[in-house]
Amino acid sequence: MIAAPEHLVIAPVVLPMVAGALLLFFDDRERRLKATISILTAVALLAISVMLLIGAHADGEAGAGRVAVYLVGNWPPPFAILLVLDRLSAMMLVLSSVLAIPALAFSVGRWQKAGPHFHTLFLFLLMGLNGAFLTGDLFNLFVFFEVMLAASYGLALHGSGTQRVRAGMHYIAINLAASLLFLIGVALIYGVTGTLNMADLILRIPAVAAESRPMLEAGAAILGVAFLIKAGMWPLSFWLPTMYTAAPAPVAAIFAIMSKVGVYVILRLSLLFSAAGMPEGTSSFGWQLLFLGGLATIAFGTIGVLASQALGRLAGYSVLVSSGTLLAAIGLSQTGVTAGALFYLVSSTLTISAFFLLIELVERGQDTLANVLAVTQEAFGEGEEDEEVEAEVGVTIPGTLAILGISFGLCAILLAGLPPLPGFLAKFAMLTAMFNPAGLGGAGTEAEIGQATWWLTALLIVSGLSALIAMSRAGIRAFWAPVDAVVPRVLLIEILPVGLLLAATVALTVQAGPVMRFMEATAEGLHQPWSYVEKVMSQPPTVRPEAER
Amino acid sequence: MELVLSLGIGILTGSGVWLILRPRTYQVIIGLALLSYAVNLFIFSMGRLTVNAPPVLPGAAEIDPAAFTDPVPQALVLTAIVIGFATTALFLVVLLAARGLTGTDHVDGREPER
Repeated sequence: MIAAPEHLVIAPVVLPMVAGALLLFFDDRERRLKATISILTAVALLAISVMLLIGAHADGEAGAGRVAVYLVGNWPPPFAILLVLDRLSAMMLVLSSVLAIPALAFSVGRWQKAGPHFHTLFLFLLMGLNGAFLTGDLFNLFVFFEVMLAASYGLALHGSGTQRVRAGMHYIAINLAASLLFLIGVALIYGVTGTLNMADLILRIPAVAAESRPMLEAGAAILGVAFLIKAGMWPLSFWLPTMYTAAPAPVAAIFAIMSKVGVYVILRLSLLFSAAGMPEGTSSFGWQLLFLGGLATIAFGTIGVLASQALGRLAGYSVLVSSGTLLAAIGLSQTGVTAGALFYLVSSTLTISAFFLLIELVERGQDTLANVLAVTQEAFGEGEEDEEVEAEVGVTIPGTLAILGISFGLCAILLAGLPPLPGFLAKFAMLTAMFNPAGLGGAGTEAEIGQATWWLTALLIVSGLSALIAMSRAGIRAFWAPVDAVVPRVLLIEILPVGLLLAATVALTVQAGPVMRFMEATAEGLHQPWSYVEKVMSQPPTVRPEAER
Repeated sequence: MELVLSLGIGILTGSGVWLILRPRTYQVIIGLALLSYAVNLFIFSMGRLTVNAPPVLPGAAEIDPAAFTDPVPQALVLTAIVIGFATTALFLVVLLAARGLTGTDHVDGREPER
């Protein structure tokens, strides 16, 4: 394989770690050097993960693709610490590096000056993220989660300030408690099955004695709670909007993928567990819980979006809507819906990330008190305006505002899920799959559409509508309402990242066909994980030519 | 021994949960510390309790697994202790910063109105 030499699999973990550690040796005043190194690292990460993605997608069985297994200590599989690369993890790696480059570039403008070690922490966060996507066993998942969280604590507090410290304290306390739940879950599962390797676990679950079964199920449930806290499922999500609002813009932009890590793990583990035939009752209870929790999260997020008076909170609640949609779609547990959900994951993460960056630029020209007043006036005054007007008027307002306005409009279209951008395509893909479980034109699909599908459809559409309402309200307030508006001073390096992220979503639209086929293949591999399990368990250790050690 | 251990875990967990629900940051951090002790003991107990058995296997000879204690939970506990220690220290710093910035040690950063 030219595209993915063996050791490339571990590069997404090692590279940011080495680069981050290297940056510690430089004084914080050498910002230009530090920024250059970290952006170059992120670009290299992107190149590596694209190569890995091509390698994972290229040949191999249609189901799982080419699963690459990397044995870190060169022990044989059930005992080894291993990294597993399949389509899903490769996709998440690409996504995380696509988010990292704009966020780092954005920070060059002003944020990196706000406190020490910004780039080091950021790179460590990337290391934790990539590790969590790659690891093939539960305990290392915990370790990488902790690396990611520890870095995120530092980043969330970057720039200090009362509000940030207060929100950060809640965030840390909740995540510490969640980590303890994570450990309890892992320990219970280990106590029952005697393994931590995800693939091995699946082989052993069917053999678990009936009297130990409740322990195993309790372990899985506790583990699930820990991930649902990270994914922000209602009612475990009250910390999230405050936290994301308080975080500095480039940090919030990368945090957009952190809630998706929880979703990623839930997706992977729940499908693996269900393949192992976790008893039908439990399994369906789990799916139902995910589905209903997802619905509740969408509803909560939607109300939040409508109620938000500041743009930051609006974005924070959009994160919840996006998480909720994903959880509900996973809860349906159909291959087609999962494929749509994966598409949605990518597009919504890019959107929210761009939106967080944009908000900071827009809000530079405003003061917060005006926001509150404006909303109160609106409640008694004029109604809502249509979205498409914004682009036309953009010509007459000054350059900076025009660019900001267009970006804002694009974000609104993406968040609301209007055509032609991928927000719409993703929702459409999910809805099509829900209403045609047997594929388009499949036989006997008329009568099988359940209540659940209708609920999710209604909520998806309502959440899109309310995002549109909230966004146009906020847009009017930010761009048209101020009489003596101060035009924010925006550097090129700050608007470019936003443009880059939005361009990525446009690219997703243009390439929607191939991307969607990739997502379908990924979803199929996830729903039929046996070739994944087989590949992991049969990976032979490398034979060393010389004597041991 | 099982009874003592499970009682210990239970008491630590109970006190820990009670403390993290308290309104003062110092109580929260002590609660988290107690909870993490409980979790560490719990992980340890998941490897089954054995007395006077080594966790490290000797060379190549045939061995009887029953004569050894499970080494994996011990490794896990070590990792968990280290990580828990680091994050608790970090939390302590944030706690002090919050105390300095808001002037109160209430978790919400302001005293409730009485």
